[in-house]
Amino acid sequence: MDYAINEMEQETLNATRELAQKKLKPLRAEMDVKEQFSKEMYEEFRKSAMFGLWLPEKYGGLGGGITCLAMAFEELSRVCAGLALTPGTSALGAIPMFLAATPEQRERWCYDLASGKKLWAFALTEPEAGSDATALKTTAIKDGDFYVVNGTKHFISTGKEADFYTVAVNTNPSRGARGISLLVIEKGTPGFSFGKKEEKMGIRTNPTYELIFENVRVPKENLLGSEGRGLLYVQETLDYSRPGVAAQAVGIAQGALDETIPYLRTRKQFGQPIITFQALAHKVAELAAKTEAGRALVYNLTHRMDEEFLPAVKAALENNTTVHDELKKIKGGRWTKYSAMAKLFCANTAMEVADECVTLCGGVAYMRDFPLEKYMRDAKITQIYEGTVHIQKNEIATALIKEYAAKGE
Amino acid sequence: MHILACVKQTPKSDNVKIDPATGCLIRSGTESAMNPFDEYALEAAVCLKEQLGGTISVITMGPPAAENVLRDSIARGADKVYQLGDMAFAGSDTWSTSYALATGAQKINSLEKIDVILCGKQTNDSDTGHIGPQISAWLKWPNAAFVRRIVKADDKSITVERLTESGTDVLELPYPCVISVVKEISNPRVCSVQGRMAAKRAEVIKWTADDIGADKTKLGVKNCPTHVVKSFSPKRNTQAVVVAGANGKEKAAKLVELLKENKYI
Repeated sequence: MDYAINEMEQETLNATRELAQKKLKPLRAEMDVKEQFSKEMYEEFRKSAMFGLWLPEKYGGLGGGITCLAMAFEELSRVCAGLALTPGTSALGAIPMFLAATPEQRERWCYDLASGKKLWAFALTEPEAGSDATALKTTAIKDGDFYVVNGTKHFISTGKEADFYTVAVNTNPSRGARGISLLVIEKGTPGFSFGKKEEKMGIRTNPTYELIFENVRVPKENLLGSEGRGLLYVQETLDYSRPGVAAQAVGIAQGALDETIPYLRTRKQFGQPIITFQALAHKVAELAAKTEAGRALVYNLTHRMDEEFLPAVKAALENNTTVHDELKKIKGGRWTKYSAMAKLFCANTAMEVADECVTLCGGVAYMRDFPLEKYMRDAKITQIYEGTVHIQKNEIATALIKEYAAKGE
Repeated sequence: MHILACVKQTPKSDNVKIDPATGCLIRSGTESAMNPFDEYALEAAVCLKEQLGGTISVITMGPPAAENVLRDSIARGADKVYQLGDMAFAGSDTWSTSYALATGAQKINSLEKIDVILCGKQTNDSDTGHIGPQISAWLKWPNAAFVRRIVKADDKSITVERLTESGTDVLELPYPCVISVVKEISNPRVCSVQGRMAAKRAEVIKWTADDIGADKTKLGVKNCPTHVVKSFSPKRNTQAVVVAGANGKEKAAKLVELLKENKYI
């Protein structure tokens, strides 16, 4: 079912469906095997204005908010979850900037972000700070008008290809988690280099790199918000970006079904199309129902988010304030619980659907000539990145405990 | 830079049917879309605009429904769109059509000076390949047909690569000029969300023969020099022979033998 509630969202679905079929589909198998970033597809995304869907018109964006971003990510991932990450991770890297940036910083970065001229990436994870992001060891020590950054980030999506990296650093290590800040570090800054390129199970076209910072001097104008509030921005970012991962997971599940059902209809064994065997038909029905439930959860959530996000963006532009500050004025609480629920449910659904689809189609689906095994490999990442399914459960449980404690129950 | 792209609404299907009695295309019941070669021309125009700035105008001649290709042009990046629609144009051959388009182009040129007119090399319904060169003849502007690449363009001239039977020519054309393009010229993008929304709201400027000051004795089926005697789908010959051999040399020798046997050479 389409959850578009306005023309902008409907046209986002139309545009991304066409883009996925015409441009992603012919490239997906080759780029997966080569494990290479597709510059060709990057150019196509840019030409079809995919980078500015969620950004305001002032910067050349569409003004579509979190829903349009999620819808695009679903439809692109439905055909190739790996290629979809080019606009996907650029949004992830830029959301913290967009939330915390001053009007001057927005002027500096948002035009090229929306046009896709510059790619963004998000750098939080470190070898010893994964699920526990507060343990990060990358430091940024103030030195006059600069921060001197030292440390290593790893597993960074769209690494090396991205131009700007929103990097979580500690500007005051003695304060631990309260010392965490966000810095925007541009590729090419002396001392900033790329280490190991990871070889991955899925989403192989998207490059995953280690980022190495050795005495990198970053101008203080690249600090987002104020020192020590980085973790807050990261959490707020994840509230907005996890529904995106959930949408990607829905796309992967739907894409797996799109490949599976036509095959089951045409494949004959024991003299009949195998979908006419009730065991298989019922399994397909269950998988489709779960996928649809995930989709309903995602878009009900993003629509509610946009009711706050879009007015906050508008107010930030009018009042020359940060989006973060305007959001605080508008909204009561955070979205963490529902974002985590969406990601948990959709990621697990994607993995289950892809896995079962491979089983349903049998031997052919295990072969690389058939796209299903790729869906199964790609689905796995949605259970891991932007917080594993276990972390999502922590988020949900913590929120529930707080809620009931507040009610005194 | 002001670019005028000429587009035509043609049957979407590559399976165009011809009425055996009249020799005309059967247009009813087939879905219409922009002629594919015009998509390449329009994309080339959008790329030029991205590079040099300016305006893209698009013109079509056709029945009321042809408005759809103009809206599609807006979605693809055009700024202004013009439709020549008048019963006086009905049944025009390429001579009449190119006259109407050239006259429309002159009117657009009087509103904002045109630098380049871009056309697809031919249409997928009538396949003549006449329109681009004929427009240039009516306007007395320089022309290059079968252009596969724009080598260079600035505010004074455009340099293009033209396909010939034996290779390519590199030509520099001063403005204003008319260029018709082949498929290799561009890779049409998927329309953006903004484009799709703008397309619905765009104003289509509609002109009749009188609006453009066209000479009606040059228009319409009665005044055309071309008369269609017969149109037909060529029969498919499936009796292909595959020449096998260990290497190219051996295959070539066998092929020559075969051609001699059949008295082709």
